[in-house]
Amino acid sequence: MFKSTIILTLLLCCMSTSWAAPAQSLAADPVLEKRMLRLTEELRCLVCQNQTLADSHADLAIDLKNQVREKLASGMSEQEVIDYMVQRYGDFVLYRPRLFGATWVLWFGPLLLLLAGLGALALKLSARKAEVVPQMSEQDRARAAAMLYSDESEPAAKP
Amino acid sequence: MKRFILPLSIFVILLLFLGVGLRLNPHEIPSPFIGKNAPAFNLTQLNDSDKSIAPQDMRGKVWLLNVWASWCESCREEHPVLMNFSRQNIVPMIGLNYKDTRPDALRQLSQEGNPYLISAFDGDGRVGIDYGVYGVPETFVIDKAGVIRYKLVGPVTPEVLAQKLLPLIKELNRV
Repeated sequence: MFKSTIILTLLLCCMSTSWAAPAQSLAADPVLEKRMLRLTEELRCLVCQNQTLADSHADLAIDLKNQVREKLASGMSEQEVIDYMVQRYGDFVLYRPRLFGATWVLWFGPLLLLLAGLGALALKLSARKAEVVPQMSEQDRARAAAMLYSDESEPAAKP
Repeated sequence: MKRFILPLSIFVILLLFLGVGLRLNPHEIPSPFIGKNAPAFNLTQLNDSDKSIAPQDMRGKVWLLNVWASWCESCREEHPVLMNFSRQNIVPMIGLNYKDTRPDALRQLSQEGNPYLISAFDGDGRVGIDYGVYGVPETFVIDKAGVIRYKLVGPVTPEVLAQKLLPLIKELNRV
C-alpha cells in the first residue's frame, strides 16, 4: 500500500512537469532577456490577476512577454514599454499601482489601520495602569498577619 | 450592553466591505480606450486572405467590433445573441478572429452561423494586444468618427444588449 502510494506520487509529479507550459525559448541576447524579465515583474498578468507577467504562463502573458521583448529590442526604453502597456490595459496592468488620489488608501490604508490598532492598544493599556491597586497600610498588614498566624504554634510577628 | 456597541459596529462595517467586495467583478477592468480612437489595423479578411479590412473602412457608421475565437467557450454562449442582433440589421458588426486558425474559424461560422459582416483575421493576436484584449469575447462599440464608446468584456447577454448596447447605439446613431 505504502509502496504504491509512493509510486503514484512520483507518477503524479512526472505528469505535472509534462503538463507545465513549455519554457520560453531564451532570446539570443541574455541582457535583453534580463531586462524583459525585470520589466515583466512590474506588470500584472490580466488573466491570472495575482501573478506578474513574468510568473505567468497564460497564453496572453506569453504573448505580452514576447511583445515586451520585441519592444525593448527595437530600442524602446523601459518607461516607454510600460506606457505602451498602460495605454492598452490601463493602470491595472501595473503590478505596483501608481500613487495618486484613488490609490492613496491602497498604499497607506493598512499602515493607518495598524496605527489605529496600536493607538487603541496603548489607550487600553494606559487605562488599565491607571486603575489604582488598593494599597494596604502597615497596620492592616500587621492585623492580617495576626489573624493568619494566631492559632499556629510558630509565634507570629506581633505588632 | 454598552461595551458591545463598538465591536459590533466595527463588525458591521467589515461585513459591508466584504459584501461590496463580493459583488465586484475583478475581471471588469476600466478600459483606457473609452473616448479614444479605435487603434488602426489592416488585417486580411477571414474568408478571403486577398481582401483586407481596416477600421477606416467603417468611418461614418456606428459599428461593433466583436473579438471571438473558435476555441473560446464563452463565445458560444453569446453566439445566439449575436445572431439575433445581426438579423435585426441595426448596425454592422465586424468580427476580430483572435488567435485562431482559418480552418477552425471558418468551420465554426459555417456550422453555427455567421453574425459578422466581415471577420478580420488576427492569427497572432497582435491587433488584440493593441485593443487591450485580455478575455475573449470582448465587444467594442465604435462611433461614426471611429471613437471607442464602450467596451464589454465577456459574453453579450440579452440583458446587456437591451440595457447597455442598444440604447448607446441608438444615441450614437442620432448624432
